[in-house]
Amino acid sequence: MISPRMATGMQEKQYTPSLLNFFIYNPKFGPREGEEEKKILFYHPSDVEKNEKIRNVGLCEAIVQFTRTFCPSKPAKSLHTQKNRQFFFEPEENFWIVMVVRNPMVEKPNKEGKPPTIEYQEEEILDTVYGAVLQQCYSMYKLFNGTFARAMEAGGVELLTQKLEKFFYRYLQTLHLQSCDLLDVFGGISFFPLDKMTYLKIQSFVNRVEESLSLIKYTAFLYNDQLIWSGLEQDDMRILYKYLTTSLFPRHSEPELAGRDSPLRPEVAGNLLHYGRFLTGPSNLKDPEAKFRFPKIFVNTDDSYEELHLIVYKAMSAAVCFMISASEELGREFCEQLDGLVGPQLTLLASDICEQYNINRRVSGPDKEPQFKFIYFNHMNLAEKSTIHMRKTASVSLTSVHPDLMKILGDIHADFVRVDEDEEIIVKAMTDYWVVGKKSDQRELYVILNQKNANLIEVNEEVKRLCATQCIVTRHLNGYTQTLYLALIVSLLWNAII
Amino acid sequence: MSEEHYLELCDSPVQFENASSVNNVFFDEANKQVFAVRSGGATGVVVKGPDDKNSIAFRMEDKGEVKCIKFSYENKILAVQRSPKSVVLPDKRSLKLLKSHSINVNWYVYCPETSVILLSTTVQGNVLQPFAFKCGTMSKMSKFEIELPVVTKPAKIILSERDIAVATIYGQLYVMYLKHHSRTGNNPGAEVVLYHLQREGACKRSHILKLNTTGKFALNVVDNLVIVHHQSSQTSFMFDIKMKDTDSNLNIHQPVLPARSIHPYKIALTGTVSVSITVLCHSVTFLLGSGYLWYLQVKLKPVVSLLQDKSKLMEFLLRRRDCKMVILSVCSQMLSRGDKGSLPVVAIVFDKLNQVYKEYLEAEQSYTMAVECGPSRGSTAHKRPVRTQAVIDQSDMYTHVLSLFTERKDVSHKFIIAVLMEYIRSLNQFQITVQHYLYELVIKTLVQHNLLYMLHQFLQYHVLSDSKPLACLLLSLESTYPPAHQLSLDMLKRLSTANDEIVEVLLSKQQVLGALRFIRSVGGHDNISARKFLDAARQTKDQMLFYTIFRFFEQRNQRLRGSPNFTPGEHCEEHVAYFKQAFGEQAFIKPVTL
Repeated sequence: MISPRMATGMQEKQYTPSLLNFFIYNPKFGPREGEEEKKILFYHPSDVEKNEKIRNVGLCEAIVQFTRTFCPSKPAKSLHTQKNRQFFFEPEENFWIVMVVRNPMVEKPNKEGKPPTIEYQEEEILDTVYGAVLQQCYSMYKLFNGTFARAMEAGGVELLTQKLEKFFYRYLQTLHLQSCDLLDVFGGISFFPLDKMTYLKIQSFVNRVEESLSLIKYTAFLYNDQLIWSGLEQDDMRILYKYLTTSLFPRHSEPELAGRDSPLRPEVAGNLLHYGRFLTGPSNLKDPEAKFRFPKIFVNTDDSYEELHLIVYKAMSAAVCFMISASEELGREFCEQLDGLVGPQLTLLASDICEQYNINRRVSGPDKEPQFKFIYFNHMNLAEKSTIHMRKTASVSLTSVHPDLMKILGDIHADFVRVDEDEEIIVKAMTDYWVVGKKSDQRELYVILNQKNANLIEVNEEVKRLCATQCIVTRHLNGYTQTLYLALIVSLLWNAII
Repeated sequence: MSEEHYLELCDSPVQFENASSVNNVFFDEANKQVFAVRSGGATGVVVKGPDDKNSIAFRMEDKGEVKCIKFSYENKILAVQRSPKSVVLPDKRSLKLLKSHSINVNWYVYCPETSVILLSTTVQGNVLQPFAFKCGTMSKMSKFEIELPVVTKPAKIILSERDIAVATIYGQLYVMYLKHHSRTGNNPGAEVVLYHLQREGACKRSHILKLNTTGKFALNVVDNLVIVHHQSSQTSFMFDIKMKDTDSNLNIHQPVLPARSIHPYKIALTGTVSVSITVLCHSVTFLLGSGYLWYLQVKLKPVVSLLQDKSKLMEFLLRRRDCKMVILSVCSQMLSRGDKGSLPVVAIVFDKLNQVYKEYLEAEQSYTMAVECGPSRGSTAHKRPVRTQAVIDQSDMYTHVLSLFTERKDVSHKFIIAVLMEYIRSLNQFQITVQHYLYELVIKTLVQHNLLYMLHQFLQYHVLSDSKPLACLLLSLESTYPPAHQLSLDMLKRLSTANDEIVEVLLSKQQVLGALRFIRSVGGHDNISARKFLDAARQTKDQMLFYTIFRFFEQRNQRLRGSPNFTPGEHCEEHVAYFKQAFGEQAFIKPVTL
């Protein structure tokens, strides 16, 4: 992959990090010599020669075993080499997932005839970021397939390898390693700012639907791709949210963006017009051939281990996930009932929310482009807010700042992880940029400022001022004082979001 | 089927000697007194009122047949009528003619409550001229015509006083006309037409009550309900003029409930008396049986089971006088069943209750404001709003409905939480401040079912309002749910009156520096106890931390008192000694001598 960034003068080629290998193995499956291949449950790319596969797996196994002797409780997480970096993750006992990422590199052309020189930038990759990406791979697999152990119980190695093949073949194509950053580490949830009354109306809606369609076990409510309500536990919601916002919603956003001429026509249920439609399951209820199959997801895998149908239903910008035990048969009748009940109510609710949102935005004044950008994350409720990232699309998440600055953010975070105490780090980056990281209890805030000729004290004062005047919050949350959490900060008091 | 009788007679009827050849019985509508006159008064007159148990008994000379006998207000003057054109007052007093009008009158109807008299004029008798008496003056109101069903020729009196009544319903004066339809034609039946009689302006036809049957009727008004008794079927219809039928925009009303007979009244010894209805006074609720005089009462409990539509039922109940306990029991009943799809009904019922509640709160508030602003420029004295039984506040709901409901084991916790949230939503919708005990109920239920992430989300969107008790409750949850710690601290911070609590929480978590930085950021660091912080710092067993804290207070002492030393009142001797032992004498800040 070639980035458009070209150095001046010389025709340099910049290569971003990319996925070299991705494999899953269990050392217990082929302990004897000659049976090594049995250990391998999945290997990407699949066309790699068998012996090389075995060698790579063996190497990882050895590294993990070896490093374990130094610290049994914390085995190695990554291996840095000049050309690439390997990440190890043991999500379930004896099951290892390994991801090998090629370091970014610069290709410098030499004089005619000579092959170009390649410079590997081995320090450009962050362990925290790709370690998190690897863990996310497993979480996403588990969401749709359940745990490895359960697959083993149900159908042995054969079933497990089948499932892994089916899932990762497609999933790995959607991994965009070059655009992974701090947000992947947080894996946070963006919450939709909302006033209390509208929130209560949504509560009321969810309760009513769950009451009349008693099959529904859990409900989640989102607006504008931001979460408002989750009946699922936090960890399950986190990964479901990731799936919805990076995969499902982007796939369905285009017809809506098409606007008035879109083929979507309001449905008529009873006397009410509504814009509800299924994002999973039947795309058109009127179609006599419509299929009523929904994706299955696995939640609460640590205790009750539930398999659920995932129904995602959307009306305008409001999306609701209904989760129903997978043992229930869902057919046309149920879908029509749900459509008739939810469609009109959700349409009404969506326009209510939109109206409230606009009122509050007007109150807080026009959105001016601020002089700074920030990322906020709260570990306690996974609330995340970024003004650095553009709207996520199916393919890439775009950032509005230079990758070097993103790397600094990642570095600061890595520092925060090492220490339990509250910290504050200020970094002077190139060309008048300052990066400020603050950590307090469970919250982290990263601010990128661009101030000419500023010194450390001035930057510190500026950030203090920004925090104190709630600039960060009001500009970006449009004055929803309800959702402002005045964070209790130990080094400084700053205002945060949710 | 006693649950079906929604009308009953009062428990303590007025009992009197039955009318006979020697005993004449009279009823005075104005004072609601029954007069039993024996032998023209010679052997005694017994007067009984409905409220006072003390009856009055006296004798008077028999001067011929008594046609009518009444007391004046507060039983001061007795008036007796023995001939058509003269009234005798036993004590000699003079009366003055104040005003006279000359009108041809067919008959009259008088309403004592409102002091309004209706005079029937014209040949057919259907033009009514009302007069209002007020403070000794009589004022003529605009006359109006009652529309008759058929116009007969030759003209003769058609409208009889039996078919006209005056009553106050929901504070407004109405003339009720019992309109019989001729048997011919395809009229469905008789109806009661209500004319709204205003002090000023024309009298307008306002409501039509459909009886859907024919025969002899009698009218009563009880608790703002119009009760129409149908003689031949021995049943009564009940109308509520505020109850709107959705299918018509005209004020045409059908009976609230199917017609029922009055609950049979049991009298000891004589057994059940089936009441032959004689309505004595329309506006008051009197029924006359043989020897008994009853009030008519509406029983609300049977209405609950007869009126299925909960929304209509609530509206109906909220307009009744003794409704509170019935409404609360309806709420409990509605929740206990937990029927499928009952949440929308629950929501409607809560909204109806809270609407009335809010109206009262607003009236109360504007009254308080008016009182605070002193006497208003106008002469109207502020009237404290009356709290009727229909005002069902949060504490009523909590005590009688919700706290019991959340204890129920046979209802799913999902439904319990949904109901509580629905009540909170409704209160918020009417901008009523939610009381803390309701939040506690929500939290208790969520914690009981380990739904802490749900609780977390409610707090995140500030559905449960901030308060110190709530913050403390959250702190206590920290061991089972760690995020509660941050939620609690944030809440304390938002309250901005809980800085001491925040310091305590941080110190208890051994975040001594954090506590100090926090208190400094809110400008309270000059007033904190040095000993408390030094104690906490010592407990961490972190020498450098202790040093830092000690140094901070030395500097504070220097700044505030000009000397780094602690005063005896601060009780820090132990820490001073420890500091000296750990860091040596030279580590103390040297007092600056000028």
